Amino acid sequence: MIPGVNGYIYPNELELQWGLLIVLYPYITGLVAGAFILASLERVFKVEAVRPTYRLALLTALAFLLVAPLPLQLHLGHPERSIEMYLTPHRSSAMAMFGFVYLWYLMVVLLLEIWLEYRADIVQLAQTTTGWRRLVYKLLTLGSENVSPEARRIDDKVSYIVTVIGVPSAFLLHGYVGFIFGSIKANPWWSTPLMPIVFLFSAMVSGIAAVLVLYMAFMQVKKISIDMSCLDTIAKYLFYTFVIDFSLEMLDLLHRTYEADESFRTLDFMVHTRLWGSQVILQICVGTLLPLALLASNQLWRFSESSRKAMYLAASLLTMMGIFAMRWNVVIGGQLFSKSFLGYTTYKVGFAAREGLLSAIGLMALPFIIVVVLVKLLPPWPEGKASENVVG
Amino acid sequence: MSQLFRNAAHLIRPAVVLVAGLAVFLIIRAVIVPKDFGEYGHYRAGALEMIRARPIGYAGHEQCILCHDQEAKVHGGGMHAQVACEACHGPLAKHADDPSANVPKLPDVANLCRSCHEKDAAKPKGFHQVDTVAHSQGMLCNSCHQPHNPQL
Amino acid sequence: MDLSRRDIFKIGGKLLLLASAGATLDEILGAAPPSEAYRMADHWWGMIIDIDKCIGCGSCVRACAQENQVPAGFFRTWVERYQVEEGKQPLVDSPNGSMDGFPPSKRTDLKSFFVPKLCNQCASSPCVQVCPVGATFVSPDGVVLVDETYCIGCRYCVQACPYGCRYLHPQKHTVDKCTLCYHRITKGLTTACCENCPTGARQLVDFKNPKDPVHEFLRNNKVEVLKPYMATGAKVYYKDLDGAVR
Repeated sequence: MIPGVNGYIYPNELELQWGLLIVLYPYITGLVAGAFILASLERVFKVEAVRPTYRLALLTALAFLLVAPLPLQLHLGHPERSIEMYLTPHRSSAMAMFGFVYLWYLMVVLLLEIWLEYRADIVQLAQTTTGWRRLVYKLLTLGSENVSPEARRIDDKVSYIVTVIGVPSAFLLHGYVGFIFGSIKANPWWSTPLMPIVFLFSAMVSGIAAVLVLYMAFMQVKKISIDMSCLDTIAKYLFYTFVIDFSLEMLDLLHRTYEADESFRTLDFMVHTRLWGSQVILQICVGTLLPLALLASNQLWRFSESSRKAMYLAASLLTMMGIFAMRWNVVIGGQLFSKSFLGYTTYKVGFAAREGLLSAIGLMALPFIIVVVLVKLLPPWPEGKASENVVG
Repeated sequence: MSQLFRNAAHLIRPAVVLVAGLAVFLIIRAVIVPKDFGEYGHYRAGALEMIRARPIGYAGHEQCILCHDQEAKVHGGGMHAQVACEACHGPLAKHADDPSANVPKLPDVANLCRSCHEKDAAKPKGFHQVDTVAHSQGMLCNSCHQPHNPQL
Repeated sequence: MDLSRRDIFKIGGKLLLLASAGATLDEILGAAPPSEAYRMADHWWGMIIDIDKCIGCGSCVRACAQENQVPAGFFRTWVERYQVEEGKQPLVDSPNGSMDGFPPSKRTDLKSFFVPKLCNQCASSPCVQVCPVGATFVSPDGVVLVDETYCIGCRYCVQACPYGCRYLHPQKHTVDKCTLCYHRITKGLTTACCENCPTGARQLVDFKNPKDPVHEFLRNNKVEVLKPYMATGAKVYYKDLDGAVR
């Protein structure tokens, strides 16, 4: 008897191929997509109330996008060859095509939008700072210091177009990650047309929650009062998105249970045993139902400002944990059962190993550090500066 | 019109950065991608030769017969006719290349015969299988059976 | 210039001599004889497996491991033992891939048999479909191979294979799997597993060879591939495969 194995697994299935770091990767790209969608709420869908978080959302998206490839690099058997994905991409491979979606999103959507949004500030900072900081800002101006009102109006128009392109691009970014899993017919836990959609909505949920938490954190640190109408609006959109996400996930579960095809027995057993804690307790009860209750109650009743802040914060943190649990359940869950449907293996997370817990913690902390650096470099809320953004 | 152009001119700059990046990428691509990539399909054609060049371990019974024709005659007339030489004697390509330099060891009869002929419920009914402990009474299989032609 | 008939014969004769001398020279030095070299386009490889002949000795697993330096704990081929009880899930085991055969079957009253497994060399391979860089591919002669100098070790193909035949090589950090002994079959030998199978349960076949036994085999027997609903174009055909086999 092999330790950790129940029943029969194919001999090569003993060790999981995709571990904690591959759980982290869709989580991080999800936060990118979600943060960007929140930003687009203001730009494209004219939800004025969330304006105070517009710039923060963009910087958050960038910070997470920069870190996203790192768990993959640590996972690869030959990371030094990873550029092959760009040099000889296999067009039938969702993973290969995703490399270009990522590049497109980073350069043509996110960086361009941030540059257009911040141009006036960058030019001013290039003129007022000294030393190496001045050099950085001068580089960021790309050589143009034209911030006349007409130029800014054009910037605004172009930025609008970029965001309009950016919304489907963000959908593509995370929908593609969902497709990477959803298109694998060999794995019934992953193979469903719902996968890209479920991934996308859970990405939006986690991204919105992340921006909410960061907004509250930064306001606390900078000792600026929180714009409550902004916070209420974010919480409202978080609630709506979460309802859709939860419905989609329940639909998937319901559908599986009803059809009860060949894979159902083995998957059902897995959820009731190995995945009970992470799926039923963490993801569904604590990570979804509880935050939904907290958010829903704010739609039904009016609470005091401090109560609302506490509830939103708690709901957002629980949400972020819940969506991480969802990623875990998809990635790890999909490998715990044998493709023979006759057995299960176990996943042991290493600690100091290349793909271990330490690496994961470091990789999760890194984007937050980068956000802090970006916020310092490109302040989202310039204090009393005249370079206020051109608001439509 | 020139006013519009002057105020939109800065947009050229990120475009230039993008195009420059694309150019660098294309140059890198032209240099790094192996020249034989894509010859037969989306892969490096040289991989086929590389895999074909792997060393051979099992010579194949047709090689053995070239020298060991006496054993082959005995073997060919018996129940083990379909059993390849190396199935019992192990990989012998090295021996075939240089017979005196690579003299093979004799098979471990005690365990080898049992691996096929130990009686088991999952084995096909028509296949010769015995409870080897009871059948052998402590003797080695080749005390009675000549392995090349085992019929008694 | 006036050419007489004699002149024409003289010139013609010399030309003929020259031509035949040239042709003979060509024959000796020039045009190469038809090559014995292996031509990929002439072959389309697969395997046929007769379940009723497999005795679960594990010779194929040992031979493969030896021939291809398969790392311990990983398997390019393996044998499964099925013990099927009516109305229940089958009891399946493959101790160390059956490298050392099987311990005696505890139940003697059940329908039980052995099933050798390997890469099915799928013609519409899902593993090839998902490789992001082009490191794994179907060769022109129908063998699914991995270019270990190009593989980045992402393991997407391992996830995509419905049969569990791929693994990450622990030292090379690239994906490895059965190559149908490509280095042997392109030289007129058979695979290591087929060579060493004592009962002839496993046989290498070439679908493009009109004299290959596979054509009779497919015509005269009830055959199936593993997981046919996956539509992978698997080229390993099993005779008398029981429905309990996963």
